[in-house]
Amino acid sequence: MAFALDLDRLLAGGLLLMSFLLLYQDRLGSLIDLFAFQALLLALAVSWQAHLQDAPHLLIAASLALIVKSLIIPGALRRIIARLGIRNEIETALSVPQSLLLGLALTALALITTARLTPAAAALAREDVAFALAVVLLGLLIMVGRRNAIAQVVGFMSLENGLVLAASGARGMPLVVEISTALAVLISLIVTGVFIFRIRERFDTVDVAALEPHQGERG
Amino acid sequence: MSAALLILIPLLPALAALVLFVIRAETLARLLNIGTSAAMLAASLALALSPAPRRAGFLAADGLSLFFLLLSAFIGATSSLFSDGYLALERRAGRLSARGRRLYHAMFQGLMASLALALLADGTGMMWFGIELGTLSAVLIVGLYRTPAALEAAWKYFILGSVGIALALFGTILLYLAAASVVGEGSAAMRWDVLLAHARAFDPGLMDLAFVFLFLGYGTKAALVPLHAWLADAHAEGPTPVSAVLSGLLLNVAFYAIIRFKGIFNANPAALAPQPIMIGLGLLSLLFAALMLYRRRDLKRFFAYSSIEHMGLLAFGFGLGGAAANFAALWHLLMHGLTKSALFFLTGRLAQLRGSQKIADLGGLTATHPRLGVPLAIGMLAIAGLPPFGLFASEFLLISATLRTATAWLALPLVLGLLLAAGALLLRLGALAFPTSAAVPAPAQRGGARETSWRTVGPALLHLALVLWAGLAMPGRLAAWLDVLAHGIG
Amino acid sequence: MLAETASPLFRAAPYGVFAANALAALLVPTFATPLPFGGDLITLVGLLGLGRFLLALAGLDVGTAFGGIGASREVMIAALAEPALLLVVFILASLGGSTDIPALAASLGAGGLRVSLGFALLALAMVALAECGRIPIDNPATHLELTMVHEAMVLEYGGRHLALIEWAAALKLLVYFTLIAALFVPWGLATPPWTAPALLFGAIAVLGKITIGAALLALVETSLAKMRVFRVPDFLAVALMLGALGVLLLFFAQVFASEGL
Repeated sequence: MAFALDLDRLLAGGLLLMSFLLLYQDRLGSLIDLFAFQALLLALAVSWQAHLQDAPHLLIAASLALIVKSLIIPGALRRIIARLGIRNEIETALSVPQSLLLGLALTALALITTARLTPAAAALAREDVAFALAVVLLGLLIMVGRRNAIAQVVGFMSLENGLVLAASGARGMPLVVEISTALAVLISLIVTGVFIFRIRERFDTVDVAALEPHQGERG
Repeated sequence: MSAALLILIPLLPALAALVLFVIRAETLARLLNIGTSAAMLAASLALALSPAPRRAGFLAADGLSLFFLLLSAFIGATSSLFSDGYLALERRAGRLSARGRRLYHAMFQGLMASLALALLADGTGMMWFGIELGTLSAVLIVGLYRTPAALEAAWKYFILGSVGIALALFGTILLYLAAASVVGEGSAAMRWDVLLAHARAFDPGLMDLAFVFLFLGYGTKAALVPLHAWLADAHAEGPTPVSAVLSGLLLNVAFYAIIRFKGIFNANPAALAPQPIMIGLGLLSLLFAALMLYRRRDLKRFFAYSSIEHMGLLAFGFGLGGAAANFAALWHLLMHGLTKSALFFLTGRLAQLRGSQKIADLGGLTATHPRLGVPLAIGMLAIAGLPPFGLFASEFLLISATLRTATAWLALPLVLGLLLAAGALLLRLGALAFPTSAAVPAPAQRGGARETSWRTVGPALLHLALVLWAGLAMPGRLAAWLDVLAHGIG
Repeated sequence: MLAETASPLFRAAPYGVFAANALAALLVPTFATPLPFGGDLITLVGLLGLGRFLLALAGLDVGTAFGGIGASREVMIAALAEPALLLVVFILASLGGSTDIPALAASLGAGGLRVSLGFALLALAMVALAECGRIPIDNPATHLELTMVHEAMVLEYGGRHLALIEWAAALKLLVYFTLIAALFVPWGLATPPWTAPALLFGAIAVLGKITIGAALLALVETSLAKMRVFRVPDFLAVALMLGALGVLLLFFAQVFASEGL
């Protein structure tokens, strides 16, 4: 059982590590590669949960993560970038040390809250929740710190990776959640794909700051 | 019978959305859109009248969900009627292509289906699913016009809405974890009745964490003040019937979620109490939006901020709790939904006629377009909370309920916010309704009688008549029903 | 051939650098434990630091522009890498209960998988890239003076001095390889009583580990571009953060465990 817990924790920690590297990365290409790798780790973590909980339906969620998140979406994003000739550098709103420090603080916050608040929950789920919470918060930070539409989408998807991790760690949770999460990703990709094309048509950039003059009245 | 109805209500618009997405026959699509909405309203009424255990798989309906469902189905039906006339004019003006109209129809029904699913879901997971789908269809409609401003609004709404929905999902998972250790694993740990019955035994630590995420998530959807940034843009840049649906339905469904969760968190005395947070955010939204009203120059944005103000009132009312405040808040929710959608109907039509939605371009409406301007003025009086209308009753009830609690001083900021908002509304009403020397409308701008057909004015007049009737004589059976619901919320 | 401005320090430095690095290499177990004398992790860090200090001093001593540039850059990188390295040492020491490398290897090998160890490994690898002057921090094969760090510092050396310095640099790389191998993949180390097959297996194992490490290094160096000098602090900040994250996780692993779950 010790090994089971260790591997579970290691995979969840790997997810967190990828979130940190996403936070640091300021090239679109590498950002997408890292996201694909994070999704791969997620697939492994969810499959391991399926094995631990003897819940084969989780394997569906794992394969969705593998196929959709680590293969199809990164591929599609790369094609969008290639077709639109988007610059590889990402405009960041926060400097690297700033965002890393904030990320560290958020991770500490996640760990403190889960360690303090949930002594009654099962150990396995609890550590998953701690890591998942950290990944969710880091995903938010990635979204806040980038001005580029594609980078924001990647941040959002890494946030969703944290959600799937939490959902798979919750024993016996109905499948509804996994399927709907995967669906949401798929739909959000379509939506954003549409948006990115439209944005490009009009502004020649995917920098969302370019939209601001068109905001009409502020607020 | 009731099981079939339960499944039918979300399924009907969902199927209609699929069909509407495919078919190209314009007349058929228009009829189908209105017909589906009417059928959904009829089915909701039938469900409300059917005998009590209304349950089918993941779906169930109790008094609270029926109240929200009926309101949504009614506003959905009138909106579909209004949007028919609205789209006809947009087509004539060449602002919306055939493909855009098809997308509009499909997404309108998709929105209705997902909202019905959220309201009839028997549990946290399914409701989340419904609200998630509703957000996605709403994003597509908000960006319908493809103008830069519309895209900006849709992108903002998409990002904030997705983040909100993701945080809500995290809260849902945490609440499931708290429940699963008490009632056992599986779908029972997500059902409303099970959660409410056992909430007392849940781990308070997990409940606190779940509370934070659920309220952040659904609070974003309900546009409570620090999380309101998407609302004004989405209302102003989307097609007007959708502004009505957003204010009249989507915000209400987010509130439905908040009310449900508030009951569960209330039942656990060891967990964080939702009251202070809801009251605080409610007052903040009320005062902030009331002040912001003075600075709006765009009429749709003006009414959007008014929606934030009223959402603040609702958060205050439900946060205060107790039968009296809950009753006032439920009544207010009903009246606000009807009045605000009527206002958006009228604004949309006027903006089409004048070719602008700036308040400065819309002066002297009672003189140039009496059939639209007079109802608009009446609606603004109603939304300001002036006496003969239903909103006066609900606001009065809310203030008196506040005065009867131990924290009576809360009535002070409440009344201040209401007066500020009413002041802003009356100020703009003067500019909009009466002709000034600076803005004498050119004859070309005058709308012909044919332009204001019953389809465009009828729904708004119907809503306003209902609000007036409810204000003059509070219907006894409705009040009794809402009173039962108000006691149930806790 | 020596520069006219060079002092005796300049001539003595290569011997000092080589001695420090060679001594450091002796502290790391390769194919057998325990070592006949204490292989302390902090001593190791200190010895490597001493070597770098002497080299930087020699770079400044000769008084040419490139020596100065190289020395200041080298010291900047070292100053940024040191905290990350210390955090790694901290993680390892609190997990293994010692700073003695052979003892650490033994206890970490028995400890199973740990998230904080993973973070420590990555941080140590990043520090090693910086300390050994590899791409993306520095390019040991460069001929372009403006991008040089280590090479600029030793630009004035030739003959046997240069050979010693190059040898010392290669030793340093080997030290990091064997250190990572001994701490993070401590399998195959021969333990007493030493038998010939165990020793042979240990030797093959360490050769295999170094080969894999070298292949990974080649992969990294070919897939990354050298970064501009003012981006190096960001790179090392990531290493520092990873170390800090590892410490954080370690702390909370104990909090989680202390509640008996």
